[in-house]
Amino acid sequence: MAEFRLPKNSKVKKGNHHKATNAGKTTTFKVYRWSPDDNENPRTDTYEVDLDNCGPMVLDGLIKIKDEMDATLTFRRSCREGICGSCAMNINGTNTLACTTSIKQFKGKEIAIYPLPHMEVIKDLVPDLSHFYAQYASIKPWMQTDSVPLPDKERLQSIEDREKLDGLYECILCACCQTSCPSYWWNGDRYLGPAVLLQSYRWLADSRDEYTGERLEELEDPFKVYRCHTIMNCANTCPKGLNPGKAIGEIKKMIAQRHAL
Amino acid sequence: MSNPNRPLSPHLQVYKPQLTSMLSIAHRLTGMVLAAGVVVFTIWLYLVTTQAAAADQLAAFFAQGLGAVLLFAWLFTFNYHLCNGIRHLFWDAGKGYDIPTVYKTGTLVIIVAVLLTAGEIYWGYVS
Repeated sequence: MAEFRLPKNSKVKKGNHHKATNAGKTTTFKVYRWSPDDNENPRTDTYEVDLDNCGPMVLDGLIKIKDEMDATLTFRRSCREGICGSCAMNINGTNTLACTTSIKQFKGKEIAIYPLPHMEVIKDLVPDLSHFYAQYASIKPWMQTDSVPLPDKERLQSIEDREKLDGLYECILCACCQTSCPSYWWNGDRYLGPAVLLQSYRWLADSRDEYTGERLEELEDPFKVYRCHTIMNCANTCPKGLNPGKAIGEIKKMIAQRHAL
Repeated sequence: MSNPNRPLSPHLQVYKPQLTSMLSIAHRLTGMVLAAGVVVFTIWLYLVTTQAAAADQLAAFFAQGLGAVLLFAWLFTFNYHLCNGIRHLFWDAGKGYDIPTVYKTGTLVIIVAVLLTAGEIYWGYVS
C-alpha cells in the first residue's frame, strides 16, 4: 500500500534565514537541508541571493550560496551544461537540471529547491541513487549478440534503423523522470521506472542487438513494466525533451505482438 | 555506509499538480466511484423486479435535491472515465504520447465529459 505521507523522521521543518549582504536585487532560494551528522529532521533554509553578482542559472545561485553564504550546503554538480545529469533536483515543483534552469523565469519569486522526490537522502540535495543504478544494470544496457562480426568491419546499421534510436540515446540518466513518476514512488522497489524502461527500449529498438526476445521475456512481469499507467509526468519533466512514456508504450506493444505471433 | 535514519525526500508534498498526473488520478478515482454507483444501480434493478414500490422510492430520491446532485456527479464520473478510457486505448495503440497531444486530448476529455453530462441531464430531466 502506498504511503502518501512522509515518515516522522522526514517531515520538513522551518530552518534558518540567510540575509543578502548587498542591498541590490535579490531573489530568495528556499533549500531543503538534512545532515546525517545530527539527529535533526530535515528543514528548509532560505537564502537571499544577490542577483547582481550571480550567474543566470539556478545552479549558479546554489554555487554562490555555497561559496559566499553557507559552505555546508551540499549538492551534486559537474558539467554545468545539461549533459552529465548530476544536478537533477526538484525546482519549484518539477524535476529538472539546475544548470539549465534560469533564475529569471521565476520572475523574482521564491525558488524552492528539494532533492529528487521520494528518494533516500544522503545529505541536503543529494539522494541515494544506488537502487536506480542497480535497476539500470538489471536491464543489461549493452549490445548482446551471438553472431560473429566480420573481422574488418564494425556492425553496420542502415540510416533508417539508426533513426529509430533518436529520442532514446540522448538520455543522460539524470533520474528526473524516474522520480517524477507517482507509480515509481509507490512501487519503486519492483517497478523499473521511466528512465530504466526508456533505456531498455533503446536496446530493444536497436537493429544490431540480437537478444530482443530474451529482453522482452525478462520484462514481462506484473511490476517491471506494467506499473506504468501512462501518467506522463515523465515526458512532462524530462530536461532533455525525451518521452519515456512513449518508449514504455512501445515495449507494451512489443510484448503484446510477441504473444500474438 | 548507509545511515538508517536517512529521511525520505518530499514527493506529493512538493510535486506540482499538473494535467498529466491529475487526469490520471481522476481516472482511478472515477473508477472507484463508478464501482460504488454500480452497486446502487444493481440494487435498483433488483428492486424493479421484486418490489416496484421500493424501486420507485429509490428513483424518487435520485430525481431531486441531494439525490439528483449525487446522480449528476456519478454521470460525470461515468462520462469522464469513458472518454479517458478511449484516450488510454489510443495510447495502447501507440498513439498520442507527445506532450502537446497529451494536453490537447486531456483538455478534450474534460470538455466532452462536461458536455455529455449536460446533455444527459437535459435529456433526462428538462425535456
